[in-house]
Amino acid sequence: MNEWVLFLVHKSVLIMVFFAVTLGVAAYATLAERKFAAFFQDRIGPDRAGKFGLLQPLADGVKFFFKEDFIPQQADRFLFVLGPALSMATACMSGAVIPWAADWVGDGIRIPMQIADLPMGVLVVFGVVSLGVYGIMIGGWASNNKYSVLSAIRASSQMVSYELAMGLSLIALVMTAGTMSIREIVLQQHTVWFVWLQPLGFLIFMICSFAEANRTPFDLPECETELIGGYHTEYSSMKLGFYLFAEYINMFVASTVMATLFFGGYQIPFLSMIPNPWVTLVSLMVLFTKIFFFMFVFIWVRWTVPRFRYDQLMHLGWVVLLPLSILNLAITAVMVVLT
Amino acid sequence: MTPGTLSGRAKPVGRPPMTWWERSYLPAILSGMWITFRHFFRRKVTIRYPEQERPRSPVYRGLHVLKRDEQGAERCTACGLCAVACPAEAITMEAGERQPGDERLYREEKYAVSYDINMLRCIFCGFCEEACPKQAIYLTDRILPAAQKRRDFIWGKDRLLERPDSRIDVDTRHGYAKGDEA
Repeated sequence: MNEWVLFLVHKSVLIMVFFAVTLGVAAYATLAERKFAAFFQDRIGPDRAGKFGLLQPLADGVKFFFKEDFIPQQADRFLFVLGPALSMATACMSGAVIPWAADWVGDGIRIPMQIADLPMGVLVVFGVVSLGVYGIMIGGWASNNKYSVLSAIRASSQMVSYELAMGLSLIALVMTAGTMSIREIVLQQHTVWFVWLQPLGFLIFMICSFAEANRTPFDLPECETELIGGYHTEYSSMKLGFYLFAEYINMFVASTVMATLFFGGYQIPFLSMIPNPWVTLVSLMVLFTKIFFFMFVFIWVRWTVPRFRYDQLMHLGWVVLLPLSILNLAITAVMVVLT
Repeated sequence: MTPGTLSGRAKPVGRPPMTWWERSYLPAILSGMWITFRHFFRRKVTIRYPEQERPRSPVYRGLHVLKRDEQGAERCTACGLCAVACPAEAITMEAGERQPGDERLYREEKYAVSYDINMLRCIFCGFCEEACPKQAIYLTDRILPAAQKRRDFIWGKDRLLERPDSRIDVDTRHGYAKGDEA
């Protein structure tokens, strides 16, 4: 009985903290995006709301809530509301299987800093990430607007094309690790990060992550010059806010997955030398440093690389990345057998 | 000499097919990212306007002022030379006769009952200042403030005329633009 209560409390606290942190990081990612965009362009960015513009996400949120919430007459009202909700929900889900820090050990109990240690963790991440496109598809379809539908079609075809290469690079990773549990994968990386064993796999995975998170240079679903606002053309108020927010959560999740699967998660070389209560905190900070680095790369790429044309996108996905990932898989298979 | 050219200095510019390394986009992306990364740390060009102002020339021609003389009487006599000189036709005025007892308000027997400058028409050329025989109108180093409505850009005497208790110094640019003040 007592054990169950402890379990429930432990998981509930983890989930609530996870949600708070995810939303906070995503909120400040919007500010970071605008600030860094300004820095890359020799500007200083928003600096009016609070010191250095630190209250800007709050001001944006307030603005979104007070905007007129408009639903087009011909839109499917249920699906129109479901779209952004689904987008947000799927974006928040995949963090459940990530081990955020080393286990907390004390008083004879061992508390893992992970919401769910599933034996199929990698599959869960992969599945949830690919669910993310449903929010865009449903929203685009329900808007009853040709630009939105075109954008939804683009989003889904892009997702299908890049998921193949992404899945194959993940399979190569799983073959190297010999397990699908993300906890195990992180533990195995205490000596060598998998990026050294899977450099090509990491490159493919990273490119596909950009495509799955709908970030530049793969942000064709919201290509303004061709599709007005893309799938969120008809959205306003906080529904639009949810879509924009979900993009930053996706970015956070993609960065977390890259850091966890390829860059050792919370591991750093001398982590085992740190005494017990502190190791959780240090490892948490290590993981977040890696995550913030990748988020910076996401923003950096966005303000450097122009958007692909649609045919270039498809060419890159099917003709370049897919054969490369199969090659990577073959090489990995040979290496696994030989060693 | 390259055949087919007159000067012999023409350089044939070809477009050789890209190597596989170039076709992977990676070198172009990486060099581009290096360029944006350098800009990240470069000095920012932003001027935070209300707090900071762009440096201006000492002869900058900004917002107009209608001057008073040393006794505080309005210098303008509504002769209309500024309105004639104005290439943008931004100035309109209405003349009136000074009534007995108003000698301390207006320096001459004739004065401007109303004097309006449409700031949206004004091109800040300073011809009004040059045309004025009474040294009544000057362009200062102040900046025209923004407004929400077009009618708010038509400045009347209420805003153009300097207040007797807070005179506006026109010498900063006057020294460059004109001789001495009468």
